[in-house]
Amino acid sequence: MPDSPIIEVVDLVRRFADRTVINDISFRIDRGETLVIMGGSGCGKSTLLRHIIGSMKPTSGSVKIFGEEITTMNEREIARIRGRFGMLFQSGALLASLTVGENVALPLVQHTKMSDDEIEEIVEQKLQMVGLTGFENLKPAEISGGMKKRVGLARALALDPELLFSDEPTSGLDPIMTAVVDQLTLKLTREAGMTAVVVTHDMTSAFRIATRMIMLGHGDIIAQGTPEEIRTSPNAEVQQFINGEADGPIPLNLSQDEHEHHRHVKPRPCVAARGRFHLKTS
Amino acid sequence: MAPIRIRFAIEGTFRFCRFASLVILRLRHDHVLKNYLQLNLNLLYWIFVAPFTGQFFDISQIFRQMVFIGVRATPMVALTAFSVGVTLAMQAAHSLQQLGAEIYVPDLVMVTLLREMGPVLIAVIVIGRSGSAVAAELGTMKVSEEIEALEVMAINPVQYLVVPRFLAMLVMLPALTIMGNYVGVFGGWAVCHFALNFNTAGYVLRALQSADTWDLYSGMIKSAVFAWIVITIACNAGLRVEGGAEGVGQATTASVVQALLAMLVTNAVLTGIFFFGG
Repeated sequence: MPDSPIIEVVDLVRRFADRTVINDISFRIDRGETLVIMGGSGCGKSTLLRHIIGSMKPTSGSVKIFGEEITTMNEREIARIRGRFGMLFQSGALLASLTVGENVALPLVQHTKMSDDEIEEIVEQKLQMVGLTGFENLKPAEISGGMKKRVGLARALALDPELLFSDEPTSGLDPIMTAVVDQLTLKLTREAGMTAVVVTHDMTSAFRIATRMIMLGHGDIIAQGTPEEIRTSPNAEVQQFINGEADGPIPLNLSQDEHEHHRHVKPRPCVAARGRFHLKTS
Repeated sequence: MAPIRIRFAIEGTFRFCRFASLVILRLRHDHVLKNYLQLNLNLLYWIFVAPFTGQFFDISQIFRQMVFIGVRATPMVALTAFSVGVTLAMQAAHSLQQLGAEIYVPDLVMVTLLREMGPVLIAVIVIGRSGSAVAAELGTMKVSEEIEALEVMAINPVQYLVVPRFLAMLVMLPALTIMGNYVGVFGGWAVCHFALNFNTAGYVLRALQSADTWDLYSGMIKSAVFAWIVITIACNAGLRVEGGAEGVGQATTASVVQALLAMLVTNAVLTGIFFFGG
Protein backbone atom coordinates (compact mmCIF):
# COMPACT_ATOMS: atom_id res chain seq x y z
CA MET A 1 0.00 0.00 0.00
CA PRO A 2 2.34 2.74 -1.12
CA ASP A 3 -0.44 5.31 -1.24
CA SER A 4 -1.76 5.16 2.32
CA PRO A 5 0.26 7.40 4.65
CA ILE A 6 1.87 5.96 7.79
CA ILE A 7 0.88 9.03 9.75
CA GLU A 8 -1.76 11.55 8.85
CA VAL A 9 -2.36 14.57 11.07
CA VAL A 10 -5.40 16.67 10.22
CA ASP A 11 -6.30 20.03 11.80
CA LEU A 12 -4.64 19.16 15.11
CA VAL A 13 -5.31 21.73 17.86
CA ARG A 14 -4.18 21.57 21.47
CA ARG A 15 -4.81 24.20 24.11
CA PHE A 16 -3.55 24.24 27.69
CA ALA A 17 -5.83 26.51 29.72
CA ASP A 18 -5.45 29.80 27.79
CA ARG A 19 -2.32 28.93 25.79
CA THR A 20 -2.57 27.39 22.33
CA VAL A 21 0.43 25.12 21.91
CA ILE A 22 -0.57 23.46 18.67
CA ASN A 23 -2.64 25.58 16.33
CA ASP A 24 -4.29 23.73 13.47
CA ILE A 25 -1.48 21.56 12.12
CA SER A 26 -1.91 19.12 9.22
CA PHE A 27 0.68 16.93 7.51
CA ARG A 28 1.22 13.39 6.32
CA ILE A 29 4.13 11.00 6.30
CA ASP A 30 4.45 8.23 3.72
CA ARG A 31 6.19 4.91 4.08
CA GLY A 32 9.97 5.10 3.88
CA GLU A 33 10.14 8.84 4.45
CA THR A 34 12.30 10.51 7.06
CA LEU A 35 10.49 13.54 8.38
CA VAL A 36 12.51 16.01 10.42
CA ILE A 37 10.55 18.31 12.70
CA MET A 38 12.48 21.47 13.58
CA GLY A 39 11.71 24.52 15.63
CA GLY A 40 12.91 26.55 18.56
CA SER A 41 12.64 25.37 22.13
CA GLY A 42 9.10 25.44 23.45
CA CYS A 43 7.46 25.69 20.01
CA GLY A 44 5.39 22.55 20.54
CA LYS A 45 7.62 19.89 18.93
CA SER A 46 7.51 17.49 21.86
CA THR A 47 3.80 18.13 22.41
CA LEU A 48 3.17 17.30 18.76
CA LEU A 49 5.16 14.07 19.12
CA ARG A 50 3.20 13.12 22.25
CA HIS A 51 -0.06 13.56 20.34
CA ILE A 52 1.12 11.36 17.52
CA ILE A 53 2.11 8.53 19.86
CA GLY A 54 -1.20 8.81 21.70
CA SER A 55 0.02 9.84 25.14
CA MET A 56 -1.82 13.17 24.90
CA LYS A 57 -5.32 13.81 23.63
CA PRO A 58 -5.86 16.81 21.33
CA THR A 59 -8.42 19.53 21.91
CA SER A 60 -9.65 18.87 18.38
CA GLY A 61 -8.46 17.33 15.16
CA SER A 62 -7.40 13.85 14.17
CA VAL A 63 -4.22 11.79 14.13
CA LYS A 64 -4.18 8.63 12.04
CA ILE A 65 -1.28 6.25 12.49
CA PHE A 66 -1.00 3.15 10.28
CA GLY A 67 -4.40 4.27 8.95
CA GLU A 68 -6.08 4.06 12.36
CA GLU A 69 -7.43 6.97 14.36
CA ILE A 70 -5.43 7.12 17.60
CA THR A 71 -7.15 10.06 19.32
CA THR A 72 -10.31 8.10 20.09
CA MET A 73 -8.65 4.82 21.01
CA ASN A 74 -8.72 3.26 24.45
CA GLU A 75 -5.50 2.30 26.20
CA ARG A 76 -5.55 -1.26 24.99
CA GLU A 77 -5.80 -0.34 21.33
CA ILE A 78 -3.09 2.29 21.78
CA ALA A 79 -0.88 -0.40 23.31
CA ARG A 80 -1.45 -2.58 20.22
CA ILE A 81 -0.40 0.29 17.92
CA ARG A 82 2.60 1.04 20.10
CA GLY A 83 3.87 -2.48 19.61
CA ARG A 84 4.50 -1.49 15.97
CA PHE A 85 6.70 1.54 16.51
CA GLY A 86 9.80 2.38 18.52
CA MET A 87 10.61 5.59 20.26
CA LEU A 88 13.88 7.14 21.35
CA PHE A 89 13.51 9.60 24.22
CA GLN A 90 15.54 12.74 24.60
CA SER A 91 17.28 11.46 27.73
CA GLY A 92 17.24 7.81 26.65
CA ALA A 93 14.73 7.00 29.43
CA LEU A 94 16.42 3.72 30.31
CA LEU A 95 15.13 1.84 33.33
CA ALA A 96 17.71 2.55 36.01
CA SER A 97 17.11 -0.71 37.82
CA LEU A 98 17.99 -2.85 34.78
CA THR A 99 21.33 -3.31 33.04
CA VAL A 100 21.96 -2.05 29.51
CA GLY A 101 21.36 -5.53 28.08
CA GLU A 102 18.16 -6.02 30.06
CA ASN A 103 16.90 -2.64 28.88
CA VAL A 104 17.34 -3.60 25.24
CA ALA A 105 15.84 -7.03 25.93
CA LEU A 106 12.79 -5.61 27.71
CA PRO A 107 10.49 -5.16 24.68
CA LEU A 108 11.52 -8.59 23.37
CA VAL A 109 10.81 -10.29 26.71
CA GLN A 110 7.49 -8.50 27.09
CA HIS A 111 6.12 -8.77 23.57
CA THR A 112 7.59 -11.90 21.97
CA LYS A 113 7.84 -15.55 22.84
CA MET A 114 11.51 -15.86 21.84
CA SER A 115 13.90 -18.08 23.75
CA ASP A 116 16.59 -16.54 25.95
CA ASP A 117 19.30 -17.42 23.41
CA GLU A 118 17.47 -15.68 20.56
CA ILE A 119 16.88 -12.60 22.71
CA GLU A 120 20.53 -12.46 23.71
CA GLU A 121 21.57 -12.67 20.09
CA ILE A 122 19.26 -9.81 19.08
CA VAL A 123 20.42 -7.68 22.02
CA GLU A 124 24.03 -8.20 21.03
CA GLN A 125 23.29 -7.35 17.41
CA LYS A 126 21.36 -4.16 18.28
CA LEU A 127 24.04 -2.96 20.67
CA GLN A 128 26.62 -3.60 17.97
CA MET A 129 24.60 -1.44 15.57
CA VAL A 130 24.95 1.54 17.93
CA GLY A 131 28.60 0.81 18.73
CA LEU A 132 28.17 -0.45 22.29
CA THR A 133 29.33 -4.05 22.14
CA GLY A 134 30.44 -5.27 25.56
CA PHE A 135 28.40 -2.83 27.62
CA GLU A 136 25.55 -5.30 28.32
CA ASN A 137 26.21 -5.70 32.01
CA LEU A 138 26.62 -2.07 33.03
CA LYS A 139 23.84 -0.13 34.72
CA PRO A 140 22.58 3.09 33.02
CA ALA A 141 24.09 5.12 35.89
CA GLU A 142 27.54 3.84 34.91
CA ILE A 143 27.54 5.08 31.31
CA SER A 144 27.58 8.56 29.79
CA GLY A 145 24.61 10.53 28.51
CA GLY A 146 25.47 9.91 24.87
CA MET A 147 25.81 6.18 25.51
CA LYS A 148 22.42 6.13 27.25
CA LYS A 149 20.91 7.71 24.19
CA ARG A 150 22.44 5.06 21.94
CA VAL A 151 21.17 2.29 24.23
CA GLY A 152 17.75 3.96 23.98
CA LEU A 153 18.05 3.77 20.21
CA ALA A 154 19.01 0.09 20.38
CA ARG A 155 15.98 -0.53 22.59
CA ALA A 156 13.68 1.38 20.22
CA LEU A 157 14.96 -0.80 17.36
CA ALA A 158 14.76 -4.09 19.27
CA LEU A 159 11.43 -5.14 17.79
CA ASP A 160 12.44 -4.04 14.23
CA PRO A 161 9.68 -1.41 14.11
CA GLU A 162 8.14 -0.08 10.89
CA LEU A 163 8.21 3.40 12.35
CA LEU A 164 10.73 5.13 14.58
CA PHE A 165 10.22 8.31 16.58
CA SER A 166 13.37 10.06 17.76
CA ASP A 167 13.36 13.01 20.12
CA GLU A 168 16.70 14.76 19.57
CA PRO A 169 18.67 11.60 18.77
CA THR A 170 22.01 13.37 18.31
CA SER A 171 22.08 16.07 21.01
CA GLY A 172 24.87 15.29 23.44
CA LEU A 173 26.68 13.00 21.01
CA ASP A 174 30.13 13.77 19.64
CA PRO A 175 30.36 14.52 15.88
CA ILE A 176 31.56 11.03 15.03
CA MET A 177 28.79 9.30 16.96
CA THR A 178 26.29 11.74 15.43
CA ALA A 179 27.44 10.55 12.00
CA VAL A 180 27.17 6.91 13.10
CA VAL A 181 23.61 7.40 14.36
CA ASP A 182 22.68 9.31 11.20
CA GLN A 183 24.09 6.58 9.00
CA LEU A 184 22.17 4.01 11.00
CA THR A 185 18.95 5.97 10.46
CA LEU A 186 19.75 6.31 6.76
CA LYS A 187 20.47 2.60 6.41
CA LEU A 188 17.25 1.61 8.19
CA THR A 189 15.07 4.01 6.22
CA ARG A 190 16.60 3.77 2.75
CA GLU A 191 17.44 0.05 2.78
CA ALA A 192 15.06 -1.58 5.26
CA GLY A 193 12.10 0.67 4.41
CA MET A 194 11.58 1.99 7.91
CA THR A 195 9.79 5.32 8.38
CA ALA A 196 11.33 7.83 10.77
CA VAL A 197 10.08 10.95 12.50
CA VAL A 198 12.96 12.89 13.98
CA VAL A 199 12.75 15.96 16.19
CA THR A 200 16.07 17.76 16.19
CA HIS A 201 17.96 21.03 16.58
CA ASP A 202 21.05 19.67 14.90
CA MET A 203 20.96 21.16 11.38
CA THR A 204 23.88 19.15 9.99
CA SER A 205 22.25 15.90 10.96
CA ALA A 206 18.79 17.11 9.92
CA PHE A 207 19.91 17.87 6.34
CA ARG A 208 21.83 14.60 6.22
CA ILE A 209 18.90 12.31 7.04
CA ALA A 210 15.73 14.14 6.01
CA THR A 211 13.64 13.41 2.96
CA ARG A 212 11.16 16.04 4.11
CA MET A 213 11.29 18.75 6.76
CA ILE A 214 8.74 20.66 8.78
CA MET A 215 9.53 23.78 10.72
CA LEU A 216 7.26 24.69 13.60
CA GLY A 217 6.87 28.06 15.27
CA HIS A 218 4.18 29.41 17.65
CA GLY A 219 2.24 26.17 17.16
CA ASP A 220 2.01 26.57 13.38
CA ILE A 221 3.89 25.05 10.49
CA ILE A 222 6.12 27.87 9.22
CA ALA A 223 7.58 25.94 6.33
CA GLN A 224 7.69 22.45 4.94
CA GLY A 225 9.32 20.72 2.03
CA THR A 226 12.35 18.77 0.92
CA PRO A 227 15.73 19.67 2.45
CA GLU A 228 16.56 21.56 -0.76
CA GLU A 229 13.37 23.60 -0.60
CA ILE A 230 14.01 24.42 3.06
CA ARG A 231 17.62 25.39 2.38
CA THR A 232 16.57 27.81 -0.35
CA SER A 233 13.42 28.95 1.44
CA PRO A 234 12.76 32.69 1.16
CA ASN A 235 11.21 32.67 4.65
CA ALA A 236 13.39 34.78 6.96
CA GLU A 237 12.52 32.75 10.08
CA VAL A 238 13.60 29.53 8.37
CA GLN A 239 16.86 31.10 7.20
CA GLN A 240 17.56 32.44 10.69
CA PHE A 241 16.93 29.02 12.21
CA ILE A 242 18.95 26.86 9.81
CA ASN A 243 21.86 29.29 9.82
CA GLY A 244 21.73 29.73 13.58
CA GLU A 245 21.73 33.53 13.74
CA ALA A 246 20.96 35.48 16.89
CA ASP A 247 19.38 38.40 15.00
CA GLY A 248 16.25 37.83 12.99
CA PRO A 249 12.49 37.70 12.98
CA ILE A 250 12.13 34.92 15.58
CA PRO A 251 11.20 36.47 18.95
CA LEU A 252 13.62 35.42 21.67
CA ASN A 253 12.12 37.06 24.76
CA LEU A 254 15.53 38.52 25.48
CA SER A 255 14.45 42.10 25.96
CA GLN A 256 12.86 43.70 29.02
CA ASP A 257 10.11 45.48 27.08
CA GLU A 258 8.04 42.38 26.44
CA HIS A 259 7.31 41.99 30.14
CA GLU A 260 6.38 45.62 30.58
CA HIS A 261 2.64 45.07 30.55
CA HIS A 262 2.74 42.93 33.69
CA ARG A 263 5.55 44.67 35.50
CA HIS A 264 3.50 44.94 38.69
CA VAL A 265 3.66 41.16 39.12
CA LYS A 266 7.23 40.89 37.93
CA PRO A 267 8.89 38.09 39.89
CA ARG A 268 12.12 38.88 41.69
CA PRO A 269 14.12 35.66 41.49
CA CYS A 270 17.08 36.92 43.50
CA VAL A 271 14.92 37.83 46.46
CA ALA A 272 13.18 34.46 46.36
CA ALA A 273 16.48 32.63 46.04
CA ARG A 274 17.98 34.55 48.96
CA GLY A 275 15.07 33.52 51.14
CA ARG A 276 15.32 29.92 50.08
CA PHE A 277 19.04 29.33 50.28
CA HIS A 278 19.90 31.75 53.10
CA LEU A 279 22.49 33.59 51.08
CA LYS A 280 24.63 35.99 53.05
CA THR A 281 23.49 39.50 52.25
CA SER A 282 25.69 41.82 54.29
CA MET B 1 -39.78 14.96 75.00
CA ALA B 2 -40.71 13.21 71.80
CA PRO B 3 -41.05 16.26 69.53
CA ILE B 4 -37.59 17.45 70.58
CA ARG B 5 -36.09 14.10 69.65
CA ILE B 6 -37.78 14.18 66.28
CA ARG B 7 -36.49 17.69 65.72
CA PHE B 8 -32.99 16.56 66.56
CA ALA B 9 -33.35 13.60 64.25
CA ILE B 10 -34.52 15.75 61.36
CA GLU B 11 -31.92 18.37 61.98
CA GLY B 12 -29.23 15.70 62.35
CA THR B 13 -30.25 14.04 59.10
CA PHE B 14 -30.31 17.39 57.35
CA ARG B 15 -26.87 18.27 58.63
CA PHE B 16 -25.50 14.89 57.68
CA CYS B 17 -26.90 15.17 54.16
CA ARG B 18 -25.42 18.61 53.76
CA PHE B 19 -22.07 17.40 55.02
CA ALA B 20 -22.17 14.35 52.74
CA SER B 21 -23.09 16.45 49.71
CA LEU B 22 -20.28 18.86 50.46
CA VAL B 23 -17.85 15.96 50.72
CA ILE B 24 -19.07 14.49 47.45
CA LEU B 25 -18.94 17.86 45.72
CA ARG B 26 -15.40 18.36 46.95
CA LEU B 27 -14.29 14.89 45.96
CA ARG B 28 -15.68 15.33 42.49
CA HIS B 29 -13.11 18.04 41.91
CA ASP B 30 -10.48 16.19 43.86
CA HIS B 31 -8.53 14.13 41.40
CA VAL B 32 -6.40 12.61 44.14
CA LEU B 33 -9.11 10.26 45.34
CA LYS B 34 -10.28 9.53 41.80
CA ASN B 35 -6.74 8.63 40.78
CA TYR B 36 -6.34 6.45 43.83
CA LEU B 37 -9.53 4.51 43.17
CA GLN B 38 -8.57 4.18 39.52
CA LEU B 39 -5.22 2.70 40.51
CA ASN B 40 -6.99 0.17 42.74
CA LEU B 41 -9.34 -0.87 39.95
CA ASN B 42 -6.44 -1.13 37.51
CA LEU B 43 -4.56 -3.26 40.00
CA LEU B 44 -7.47 -5.65 40.44
CA TYR B 45 -7.85 -5.87 36.67
CA TRP B 46 -4.19 -6.77 36.11
CA ILE B 47 -4.22 -9.35 38.92
CA PHE B 48 -7.57 -11.06 38.44
CA VAL B 49 -8.72 -10.41 34.87
CA ALA B 50 -5.68 -9.89 32.65
CA PRO B 51 -4.00 -13.29 33.38
CA PHE B 52 -7.04 -15.00 31.86
CA THR B 53 -6.62 -13.03 28.66
CA GLY B 54 -3.03 -14.19 28.38
CA GLN B 55 -1.28 -11.16 29.89
CA PHE B 56 0.61 -12.61 32.82
CA PHE B 57 2.55 -10.53 35.26
CA ASP B 58 6.15 -11.43 35.89
CA ILE B 59 6.51 -13.87 38.80
CA SER B 60 10.26 -13.33 39.19
CA GLN B 61 9.65 -9.59 39.77
CA ILE B 62 7.42 -10.46 42.72
CA PHE B 63 10.21 -12.42 44.41
CA ARG B 64 12.68 -9.63 43.77
CA GLN B 65 10.29 -7.13 45.38
CA MET B 66 9.65 -9.52 48.28
CA VAL B 67 13.35 -9.36 49.07
CA PHE B 68 13.41 -5.54 48.87
CA ILE B 69 10.17 -4.93 50.74
CA GLY B 70 10.16 -7.79 53.21
CA VAL B 71 13.37 -9.70 53.73
CA ARG B 72 15.58 -6.61 54.08
CA ALA B 73 13.19 -5.24 56.72
CA THR B 74 13.45 -8.24 59.06
CA PRO B 75 16.21 -6.88 61.35
CA MET B 76 14.33 -3.64 61.94
CA VAL B 77 11.06 -5.46 62.49
CA ALA B 78 12.69 -7.90 64.89
CA LEU B 79 14.29 -5.14 66.94
CA THR B 80 11.04 -3.14 67.09
CA ALA B 81 8.97 -6.15 68.07
CA PHE B 82 11.46 -7.21 70.73
CA SER B 83 11.47 -3.73 72.29
CA VAL B 84 7.69 -3.62 72.24
CA GLY B 85 7.45 -7.05 73.88
CA VAL B 86 9.88 -6.02 76.61
CA THR B 87 8.10 -2.69 77.19
CA LEU B 88 4.68 -4.30 77.35
CA ALA B 89 5.90 -6.90 79.83
CA MET B 90 7.58 -4.31 82.04
CA GLN B 91 4.55 -2.02 82.18
CA ALA B 92 2.18 -4.95 82.70
CA ALA B 93 4.38 -6.33 85.46
CA HIS B 94 4.48 -2.98 87.21
CA SER B 95 0.72 -2.55 87.23
CA LEU B 96 -0.23 -6.16 87.85
CA GLN B 97 2.28 -6.54 90.69
CA GLN B 98 0.25 -4.08 92.76
CA LEU B 99 -2.68 -6.47 92.49
CA GLY B 100 -0.50 -9.51 93.05
CA ALA B 101 -1.36 -10.73 89.58
CA GLU B 102 2.00 -10.98 87.77
CA ILE B 103 0.82 -14.35 86.54
CA TYR B 104 -1.24 -12.48 83.91
CA VAL B 105 1.73 -10.71 82.31
CA PRO B 106 2.09 -13.31 79.49
CA ASP B 107 -1.64 -13.03 78.72
CA LEU B 108 -1.40 -9.31 78.34
CA VAL B 109 1.75 -9.39 76.22
CA MET B 110 0.40 -12.10 73.95
CA VAL B 111 -3.07 -10.66 73.36
CA THR B 112 -1.85 -7.07 72.92
CA LEU B 113 0.79 -8.13 70.45
CA LEU B 114 -1.45 -10.39 68.39
CA ARG B 115 -4.41 -8.05 68.25
CA GLU B 116 -2.94 -4.56 68.05
CA MET B 117 0.73 -3.88 68.60
CA GLY B 118 2.08 -6.48 66.18
CA PRO B 119 0.13 -5.45 63.06
CA VAL B 120 0.23 -1.72 63.77
CA LEU B 121 3.87 -1.26 64.74
CA ILE B 122 5.20 -3.50 62.02
CA ALA B 123 3.07 -1.64 59.50
CA VAL B 124 4.60 1.59 60.82
CA ILE B 125 8.10 0.21 60.26
CA VAL B 126 7.22 -1.02 56.79
CA ILE B 127 5.62 2.32 55.86
CA GLY B 128 8.74 4.17 56.94
CA ARG B 129 11.13 1.81 55.26
CA SER B 130 9.50 0.13 52.27
CA GLY B 131 6.53 2.40 51.53
CA SER B 132 8.68 5.50 51.29
CA ALA B 133 11.25 3.62 49.20
CA VAL B 134 8.59 2.51 46.71
CA ALA B 135 7.15 6.03 46.46
CA ALA B 136 10.60 7.52 45.90
CA GLU B 137 11.60 4.87 43.35
CA LEU B 138 8.44 5.18 41.26
CA GLY B 139 8.59 8.96 41.60
CA THR B 140 12.13 9.07 40.28
CA MET B 141 11.10 6.82 37.39
CA LYS B 142 8.24 9.16 36.60
CA VAL B 143 10.48 12.23 36.68
CA SER B 144 13.13 10.66 34.44
CA GLU B 145 10.55 9.70 31.75
CA GLU B 146 10.95 5.98 32.50
CA ILE B 147 7.22 5.48 33.09
CA GLU B 148 6.43 7.21 29.81
CA ALA B 149 9.02 5.05 28.05
CA LEU B 150 7.32 1.93 29.43
CA GLU B 151 3.97 3.14 28.15
CA VAL B 152 5.38 3.86 24.72
CA MET B 153 6.89 0.36 24.64
CA ALA B 154 3.31 -0.85 25.25
CA ILE B 155 4.21 -2.09 28.72
CA ASN B 156 1.58 -1.11 31.26
CA PRO B 157 3.25 0.52 34.27
CA VAL B 158 0.62 -0.86 36.63
CA GLN B 159 1.21 -4.38 35.38
CA TYR B 160 4.99 -4.09 35.22
CA LEU B 161 5.71 -2.00 38.34
CA VAL B 162 2.74 -1.91 40.70
CA VAL B 163 1.44 -5.50 40.59
CA PRO B 164 4.74 -7.13 41.74
CA ARG B 165 5.14 -4.63 44.56
CA PHE B 166 1.52 -5.04 45.60
CA LEU B 167 1.65 -8.84 45.73
CA ALA B 168 5.03 -8.80 47.46
CA MET B 169 3.71 -6.46 50.12
CA LEU B 170 0.50 -8.48 50.52
CA VAL B 171 2.60 -11.57 51.30
CA MET B 172 5.42 -9.96 53.23
CA LEU B 173 3.60 -7.67 55.67
CA PRO B 174 1.55 -10.51 57.27
CA ALA B 175 4.68 -12.69 57.21
CA LEU B 176 6.68 -9.96 58.97
CA THR B 177 3.82 -9.57 61.44
CA ILE B 178 3.92 -13.27 62.33
CA MET B 179 7.66 -13.05 62.81
CA GLY B 180 7.28 -9.86 64.85
CA ASN B 181 4.70 -11.54 67.08
CA TYR B 182 7.14 -14.35 67.84
CA VAL B 183 9.96 -11.95 68.61
CA GLY B 184 7.68 -9.76 70.76
CA VAL B 185 6.50 -12.71 72.80
CA PHE B 186 10.16 -13.65 73.17
CA GLY B 187 10.81 -10.15 74.54
CA GLY B 188 8.01 -10.62 77.05
CA TRP B 189 9.53 -13.93 78.02
CA ALA B 190 12.90 -12.24 78.61
CA VAL B 191 11.35 -9.86 81.16
CA CYS B 192 9.26 -12.54 82.84
CA HIS B 193 12.11 -15.02 83.02
CA PHE B 194 14.89 -12.75 84.19
CA ALA B 195 12.99 -10.19 86.28
CA LEU B 196 9.89 -12.02 87.51
CA ASN B 197 11.37 -15.51 87.85
CA PHE B 198 8.82 -17.23 85.60
CA ASN B 199 9.90 -20.59 84.31
CA THR B 200 9.84 -20.91 80.55
CA ALA B 201 7.22 -23.65 80.42
CA GLY B 202 4.90 -21.63 82.61
CA TYR B 203 5.26 -18.54 80.41
CA VAL B 204 4.62 -20.45 77.22
CA LEU B 205 1.64 -22.26 78.70
CA ARG B 206 -0.02 -19.08 79.97
CA ALA B 207 0.68 -17.21 76.75
CA LEU B 208 -0.83 -19.97 74.63
CA GLN B 209 -3.85 -20.42 76.89
CA SER B 210 -4.67 -16.73 76.86
CA ALA B 211 -4.73 -16.32 73.12
CA ASP B 212 -7.52 -17.40 70.85
CA THR B 213 -6.87 -18.37 67.25
CA TRP B 214 -9.16 -15.46 66.32
CA ASP B 215 -6.67 -13.10 67.98
CA LEU B 216 -4.05 -14.29 65.53
CA TYR B 217 -6.36 -14.28 62.50
CA SER B 218 -7.72 -10.82 63.24
CA GLY B 219 -4.14 -9.54 63.39
CA MET B 220 -3.38 -11.24 60.07
CA ILE B 221 -6.46 -9.77 58.40
CA LYS B 222 -5.46 -6.37 59.74
CA SER B 223 -1.94 -6.60 58.41
CA ALA B 224 -3.18 -7.75 54.99
CA VAL B 225 -5.50 -4.72 54.86
CA PHE B 226 -2.63 -2.48 55.98
CA ALA B 227 -0.44 -3.96 53.27
CA TRP B 228 -3.05 -3.03 50.67
CA ILE B 229 -3.37 0.51 52.01
CA VAL B 230 0.37 1.12 52.36
CA ILE B 231 1.45 -0.12 48.96
CA THR B 232 -1.39 1.44 46.96
CA ILE B 233 -0.84 4.83 48.61
CA ALA B 234 2.92 4.60 48.03
CA CYS B 235 2.55 3.55 44.37
CA ASN B 236 -0.12 6.17 43.71
CA ALA B 237 2.04 8.91 45.22
CA GLY B 238 5.03 7.75 43.16
CA LEU B 239 3.18 7.52 39.85
CA ARG B 240 1.64 11.00 40.23
CA VAL B 241 4.89 12.85 40.90
CA GLU B 242 5.37 16.09 39.04
CA GLY B 243 8.14 18.63 39.17
CA GLY B 244 11.57 17.07 39.52
CA ALA B 245 13.48 16.15 42.63
CA GLU B 246 11.38 18.42 44.82
CA GLY B 247 8.24 16.64 43.65
CA VAL B 248 9.74 13.25 44.48
CA GLY B 249 10.54 14.45 48.00
CA GLN B 250 7.05 15.84 48.51
CA ALA B 251 5.41 12.69 47.18
CA THR B 252 7.52 10.51 49.47
CA THR B 253 6.60 12.56 52.53
CA ALA B 254 2.95 12.65 51.51
CA SER B 255 2.88 8.89 51.00
CA VAL B 256 4.30 8.24 54.47
CA VAL B 257 1.91 10.65 56.19
CA GLN B 258 -1.15 9.48 54.26
CA ALA B 259 -0.32 5.82 54.74
CA LEU B 260 0.22 6.26 58.49
CA LEU B 261 -3.05 8.13 58.95
CA ALA B 262 -5.06 5.75 56.78
CA MET B 263 -3.50 2.76 58.52
CA LEU B 264 -4.24 4.00 62.06
CA VAL B 265 -7.81 5.00 61.23
CA THR B 266 -8.42 1.66 59.53
CA ASN B 267 -6.98 -0.08 62.57
CA ALA B 268 -9.49 1.64 64.84
CA VAL B 269 -12.34 0.71 62.52
CA LEU B 270 -11.22 -2.91 62.22
CA THR B 271 -10.76 -3.28 65.98
CA GLY B 272 -14.28 -1.97 66.40
CA ILE B 273 -15.66 -4.43 63.89
CA PHE B 274 -13.65 -7.46 65.02
CA PHE B 275 -13.98 -7.19 68.80
CA PHE B 276 -16.91 -4.92 69.54
CA GLY B 277 -19.05 -5.32 66.45
CA GLY B 278 -21.07 -8.43 67.23
